[in-house]
Amino acid sequence: MADLTSSSAGERLAEARRQTNAAARRRRWQLLSPAIIIIAAFGIFPLTITLIYSFLSPGTYGGVRWEFSTNAYVQFLFDRDIFDDTLQFSATYLSIFGRSIGLAFGATVGALLIGFPTAYFIASKPANQRNLWLFLITLPFWVNLLIRTYAILLIIRDEGIVNISLMWTGLIDQPIGMLYTDYAIFAGLIYSYLPFMVLPLYASLEKLDFRLVEAAYDLYASRFQVLRHVIVPMAKPGIVAGCILVFIPALGAYITPELLGGGKELMIGNLIALQFGGSRNWPFGSAAALILLVVVMVSLIVYVRYSGKEGSNHG
Amino acid sequence: MAKPTQTPATVASPDPVPPRRRRMKDLRKQPGFDTIAWICLFLLYAPIAVLIIFSFNDNRSVVKWTEFSLRWYKAAFENEGIRKATLISLQVAAVSTIFATIFATMAALATTRVRAFKGQTLAYAVINQPLMVPEIVTAVSTLAFFGIIKQATGINGIGFLMLAHTVFCIPFAYMPIRARLEDMNLSLEQAAADLYATPIQVFRKVTLPLMAPGIVAGGMLAFVVSLDDVIITLLVAGPGETTLPVYILGQIRRGITPEINAVSTVLLGLSVVLVSIFFLIGNNKRT
Repeated sequence: MADLTSSSAGERLAEARRQTNAAARRRRWQLLSPAIIIIAAFGIFPLTITLIYSFLSPGTYGGVRWEFSTNAYVQFLFDRDIFDDTLQFSATYLSIFGRSIGLAFGATVGALLIGFPTAYFIASKPANQRNLWLFLITLPFWVNLLIRTYAILLIIRDEGIVNISLMWTGLIDQPIGMLYTDYAIFAGLIYSYLPFMVLPLYASLEKLDFRLVEAAYDLYASRFQVLRHVIVPMAKPGIVAGCILVFIPALGAYITPELLGGGKELMIGNLIALQFGGSRNWPFGSAAALILLVVVMVSLIVYVRYSGKEGSNHG
Repeated sequence: MAKPTQTPATVASPDPVPPRRRRMKDLRKQPGFDTIAWICLFLLYAPIAVLIIFSFNDNRSVVKWTEFSLRWYKAAFENEGIRKATLISLQVAAVSTIFATIFATMAALATTRVRAFKGQTLAYAVINQPLMVPEIVTAVSTLAFFGIIKQATGINGIGFLMLAHTVFCIPFAYMPIRARLEDMNLSLEQAAADLYATPIQVFRKVTLPLMAPGIVAGGMLAFVVSLDDVIITLLVAGPGETTLPVYILGQIRRGITPEINAVSTVLLGLSVVLVSIFFLIGNNKRT
């Protein structure tokens, strides 16, 4: 008897616990549902529409005609001859994609070269000064990207302050045409996304154990050797995270090439936007958007894999 | 001279200056890093400074300084297009901030201070999705999707733009709220429950006041992000729904006037003030 009552009490307890757990689970999903549903419906689902659109035919005045076609993807690599309908390899769009990757990669390297010393400098400051420095580095990031790009445009124009000053000093007598070049886009991209590089770098450099640096010096390492064999390896997670965070938005940049490239020096972002505006080939624009999305997702997955492995290595 | 007396241990050492202290000072330094950091700071602020300075210039030229004047601010204020665009920007930002903050708060309550649950990773991935997809891709997808809805239902209006903004504001509002909640432990809420407070009372009198700074911070970030958006708005906004950044972009494409500098400075000032408050809240939390 005693056995029976205790076991039924235990069962009742377990049952009650199950019920509270079920109630907690229900409440959790109720709380989560508005955010999840709205993002799933208006953030994720539209991506499938883009996927479908990329396999349809372009409508005459924008939009799509519901006819299956792989033309959008073919067009990416080939030119269709108007007369005999043969396909000829054309590198126009591929080169825009290649240029975008090149510019984004260059901007990432540039941001790393400026961002690493800056992050290291902040991390080696006394703790009470670090927050101020971080604030100063991140503040421009919150200033509208458009306004920051416009500010760059203002100073590198032919009549901009840089050219005026250089001409005043007599170093040049003709303004250097900096605006509307790849260099301008490159500089604009670094400027736009530099804070994305500094923050993760700082996060890993802040944890740097300077006793290891000291030990390296005791073992007669030179400054450069310490940097190369001690500091950089330990900052590696930050370097990878920073590079990803700069590369991804730089690759999809729209405003920077639009303003600093003057619409002539296209990047993939402008190419996509153009297809939905002026030249109106929605399927082609959708295909280009999806290709961009795939490149970004692949780099994210590589990053997650990599950082996951790093994390487990360090315990 | 003072140094050896401070550290008596090194008095015995033959070296007059304690070697440890001297080396500690420059051990952390890497040559040139300081210079690069200062240059980096200069480069980040110089263009913005030029923009602001010339917005106060009493001259059509955005190059030659003549005299301090608020003339372009007056011109901008009197410009019908700018006023309308500002109003629309504020409306869209306010509505999407309110919804995004409410949804983000609910989501943060569900995902923090709980044991790992099934679907947690998926929930995080969905909430952060707007941050992972390039903005231009989100913009064209949303344009296509809204186009279908508009055609099928015949409904138009600024609500679509607000909806699009709400989606990408949610992760920005979510981050600080979640951070705040994670810093709170459950003991106060448990104490309130022990004193026979109902769950609703606990939430209203204990949880909500404690997490309020996080909610305010999240709301401000969402507001700034919505106010600053260009690409998604540019593609999704219908006629007559031009926000301030989109208006500015249109003006820049047409040509540079000091009026744009004035409007940009105002918008910039607003963002800086909001973000500074956000940082102050964040710092208070830690002390």
